Amino acid sequence: MEKAIEVTNLVKTFGGKRTLFGGRTHEVQAVRNVTLALEQGETLAIVGESGSGKSTLARMVVGLEAPTSGEMKIAGRAWHDLAADGVRAFGNMIQYVFQDPVASLNPRKTIGQTLDAPLRLLKGYDDAKRKSRMKDLFDAVQMPADTHQRYPHEFSGGQAQRIAIARALAAEPRIMVLDEPVSALDVSVQAQVLVLLEDLKKEFDLSYLFISHDLAVVESISDRVAVMYFGEVVELGSAEQLFSAPEHDYTKRLISSAPRL
Amino acid sequence: MTGYIVKRLFAAIPVLVGLSIIVFLIMAAIPGDPATAILGAFATPENVARINQQLGLDKPLWDQYFIWVGNLLHGDFGRSYILNRPVLDEILERFSATLILAGTSLVICSFLGLLAGIVSAVRQFTWVDRVVTFFVLIGISMPSFFLGLLMIIVFAVQWRLLPPSGMFAAYGGGDLPDLLRHLVLPAATLSVVATGVIARLTRASMLEVLRQDYVRTARAKGLDERTVIYKHAFKAALVSVVPVIGIQAGFVLGGAVYIETVFQWPGIGAMLVKAISTRDILLVQGGVLVVAAAYVFFNLLADVAQSLLDPRLKT
Amino acid sequence: MSGSATMKRVEVIKESRRPTAWQLLMNNTLAAIGFYLICAVILVAVAAPLLPIPNPDATSLAERFLPFGSPGHLLGTDHLGRDVLARLIWGTQVSLLVGISASVIAAFFGSAIGLVSGYAGGRTDNLMMRGIDMLMAFPYILLALAIVAVLGPGLMNALYAISVVNIPFFARNIRGITIGLSHREFVDAARLSGKGHLSIILTEILPNVLPVIVITMSTTVGWMILETAGLSFLGLGAQPPQADLGSMLGEARTQMFTHPFVATAPGLMVFIIVMSINLLGDGVRDALDPRLRAGALSRPRAVTRIERRDTPTAQPAGGAALNVVELETSFEGTKGPEPAVKGVSFSLSKGECLGLIGESGSGKSVTALSLLGLVASPPGIITGGRVDIDGEDILSMPETKITSYRGGKVAYVFQDPLTTLHPLFTIGDQVAEAIRVHQPVSQTEARAKAVELFKAVRLPDPEQRSSAYPHELSGGQRQRVGIAMALANDPDIIIADEPTTALDVTVQAEILRLLQVLREERGLALLFITHDFGVVAQICDKVAVMRYGKIVEAGATSEVLRNPQHDYTKRLIACVPKPGQGRAFLEGVRALLDREARGRA
Repeated sequence: MEKAIEVTNLVKTFGGKRTLFGGRTHEVQAVRNVTLALEQGETLAIVGESGSGKSTLARMVVGLEAPTSGEMKIAGRAWHDLAADGVRAFGNMIQYVFQDPVASLNPRKTIGQTLDAPLRLLKGYDDAKRKSRMKDLFDAVQMPADTHQRYPHEFSGGQAQRIAIARALAAEPRIMVLDEPVSALDVSVQAQVLVLLEDLKKEFDLSYLFISHDLAVVESISDRVAVMYFGEVVELGSAEQLFSAPEHDYTKRLISSAPRL
Repeated sequence: MTGYIVKRLFAAIPVLVGLSIIVFLIMAAIPGDPATAILGAFATPENVARINQQLGLDKPLWDQYFIWVGNLLHGDFGRSYILNRPVLDEILERFSATLILAGTSLVICSFLGLLAGIVSAVRQFTWVDRVVTFFVLIGISMPSFFLGLLMIIVFAVQWRLLPPSGMFAAYGGGDLPDLLRHLVLPAATLSVVATGVIARLTRASMLEVLRQDYVRTARAKGLDERTVIYKHAFKAALVSVVPVIGIQAGFVLGGAVYIETVFQWPGIGAMLVKAISTRDILLVQGGVLVVAAAYVFFNLLADVAQSLLDPRLKT
Repeated sequence: MSGSATMKRVEVIKESRRPTAWQLLMNNTLAAIGFYLICAVILVAVAAPLLPIPNPDATSLAERFLPFGSPGHLLGTDHLGRDVLARLIWGTQVSLLVGISASVIAAFFGSAIGLVSGYAGGRTDNLMMRGIDMLMAFPYILLALAIVAVLGPGLMNALYAISVVNIPFFARNIRGITIGLSHREFVDAARLSGKGHLSIILTEILPNVLPVIVITMSTTVGWMILETAGLSFLGLGAQPPQADLGSMLGEARTQMFTHPFVATAPGLMVFIIVMSINLLGDGVRDALDPRLRAGALSRPRAVTRIERRDTPTAQPAGGAALNVVELETSFEGTKGPEPAVKGVSFSLSKGECLGLIGESGSGKSVTALSLLGLVASPPGIITGGRVDIDGEDILSMPETKITSYRGGKVAYVFQDPLTTLHPLFTIGDQVAEAIRVHQPVSQTEARAKAVELFKAVRLPDPEQRSSAYPHELSGGQRQRVGIAMALANDPDIIIADEPTTALDVTVQAEILRLLQVLREERGLALLFITHDFGVVAQICDKVAVMRYGKIVEAGATSEVLRNPQHDYTKRLIACVPKPGQGRAFLEGVRALLDREARGRA
């Protein structure tokens, strides 16, 4: 079966441009030679601390950022072909859920207006169909039907994240990139959103690329885990194996640093 | 630090080049033919051609620009045919008068503006704050040319306290006290608006800074309120006020156009107004360039001052 | 049934209570004055053709310089015998028209440039902004003069000049906001929703930028009226016989000594117009800027306002270093003070670590800041309770004494060390300053002591680092500096407000170890505010769980974690994934949620 995401020797470098006087700006290698794959129906977690390059990797996968070198395939299609068709081409196959749910919703638009865009532009649904889809989506993320006429500031962080998930689902993607989807939420809300994500995955037959810094969260939701450290994947393995018998020193340090009850 | 200043100085070069191009293009775009302006309407075609050749006007625009810049660098700003003297001489004489006026105003507005801003922030919602806010409002709403006229009517005509116009008395003047007496009214008028702007900004940034986490830290250390306000908050507020003082240098230099006209101060602003109405292009060109260069220099100073305050800017 | 109806009504009232921008504007007396004033001026100017006033350009040499109040010429006549009132009204019309048009033109082009430049970024942005910088390198009025010099004197040319000169101002402002917005997640989300660039600029960014454009316009239109009047005053704007306020003033200048009134009328008119626009503009800014709406721009006092309804009597200290009784802290709301901390009591013994845990909005940080009156005030008020340190009530002390406790007996460590350290002072100076507030030592001694403290908190390379600025350190190093500052005067109590929340896990582990070691070495009492049960388990002896401003459960950490009594605590603990639990965690949560759903039904 073809893989949901296939990343080969991916590199992303920031800076390093020539300046006016012939010097070079400071160069940062955010992602160094990363190779990994997300299988269909799988949840692959990418764990790392700030500056490990995990978010940069995620943004490249959905076409928000261009790689410096390396190959990517999304559901069997080459990244560069998709990029040539514009971000819209990505949107149909793969969607993104951001860390800060409130910042990911335009404060001056109603939720309805925000959700309308993918339904209209990516799916091309007519008015009636859009309305019924929107209702289905709110049901799926357990939000009341009148959500569409409200503004983002009327919702709590957890509710806003449900809405952001609904927006991502509206494009009917098969793959979702979840970039620290629960980090900005309180613990009790965090658990609820995790359960929701798990349910949605089954219901819509999704594959998840789950970015997080929180090992305990990752352990609870992922099938496989990749540990990133300064732009490199230092360890990759099944969740049980990685947490019970970490091999790389950094993974060990990470696991022993996590506060436990 | 020296490295930073040198870097800033180098960064100013393209700005100056850009300025010179803009000034050159603006003046090249002026409709009408300088030769006709010089020779009058009844000039013969041969004479026009001769003058054009003299002025280099028969060459392509780029060549004209390079000739012009080359001349500028040699201190040759051309000759004003209306005043019948070298442009540079006229500009230098006039510019020193403008610098005296604008410099004095800049000092006054920085000092008073900062003071008023701090006081009204610290004494927020008291009568002092209200009085300052009231005067700031009047200051920034008052047309400076009208204020200048009022000043003359009240202080020079009614009360006869100060001279109404000029830089020196026509007879027996010329010393420093005489200059200062003549300076009071125009400098005061010119600094009113800038004082208002600076006071306003200082007040706002003080209030903003006093809400920052690091001010809470300063309080948590046990510092007394004076140290919190005058050391921790003021230094941070100054970082955002200093560039605005630099911008005010531009307003003061520009505002000198009105004030010099109203008070007949023999500065570059009054000269420019006159030169524009007499279409003395070379004089306008030179004058605009010199004032703009001075403004670039003031902004450079503000930049350096800001980086002295804020170590984050040096990298 | 009736109950739910009342609820609904209450909600409706609440909705309508939230003032609109317009209501806010009109509630601001000065802005309202400005609004009505400028409306009156505009009304009169627009009605000029209908008003019973003489032809403004009709000269009559016989009637030169008629004084104020002359019959038929209410405001007198000028040097050509023209009616001053008529000229004033017509001139106002011209000035307003020119000023407002200039500001609309400048706003349109400037905003367009700013939006494109800020959104596109990279080379486009660079190129456009260099151009704008060039324009801004000219003193404002000088550039207008140069443009008029090219175009020739005239009112329309003055209008163009003033517009061009103001374009950079809009472009800069709007670009700044746009850059911030186009890096926001909702723009990325819109792209992934299939929106094109133009559509994103127009439908996602523009609505967010619009208030800023309005604010910028309302604060600059006054300037533009002033500047066009200025050009006319210099004879470069309106040409005779057409008159605007500036040219009237300019013409009257020559007779200023003999007939000052002729110049005063147009001058005052410009002043009134500009002032009322400025008043209105300030009001508009305040009404549209949510930061100002929250009242953030009032100066916080040195110590939180203390207005206790009653003071509980002292309880026997019993060796407690810190004893908090029925503490209540409120925030001023539209309907009076609303409590955020509602009667919190706890005590902390010497050498003990108490964890205060809760989710966002539980009031844990406000509690911590209230202890030494560090809650920003306004809007904070301490409305009840007492805070005893060594048996003395802090909240009854005079301000100077409270200040002397801060950083002395009791020290704070805050959450985000980047924002809580002063960016403009070196870390050595900041710690030395903390020492010198409480100890009579010289600057050199204090600096030396600061270096000692840096060694104690294991800051690498302490001598050199002490002259570094906060931005030159990593997050973990900054928090070590924060801790060094707290230790500066050998406090008895350290209040740590989420000190590791902004840090990476591995760094967090190091900082927690450090705090633990220091606590044992120095016998410190530690009040540890956090939202993380894992952290509590690791370092706290006792824990108090807060929710909605109250402590719902307190006890020994191991006891509470093993056998939580309160439902909320149980739920919180159940919602924390534990290492090694794997997928069983989500099963547990699902079961919990189902139970709760059944409980509600």
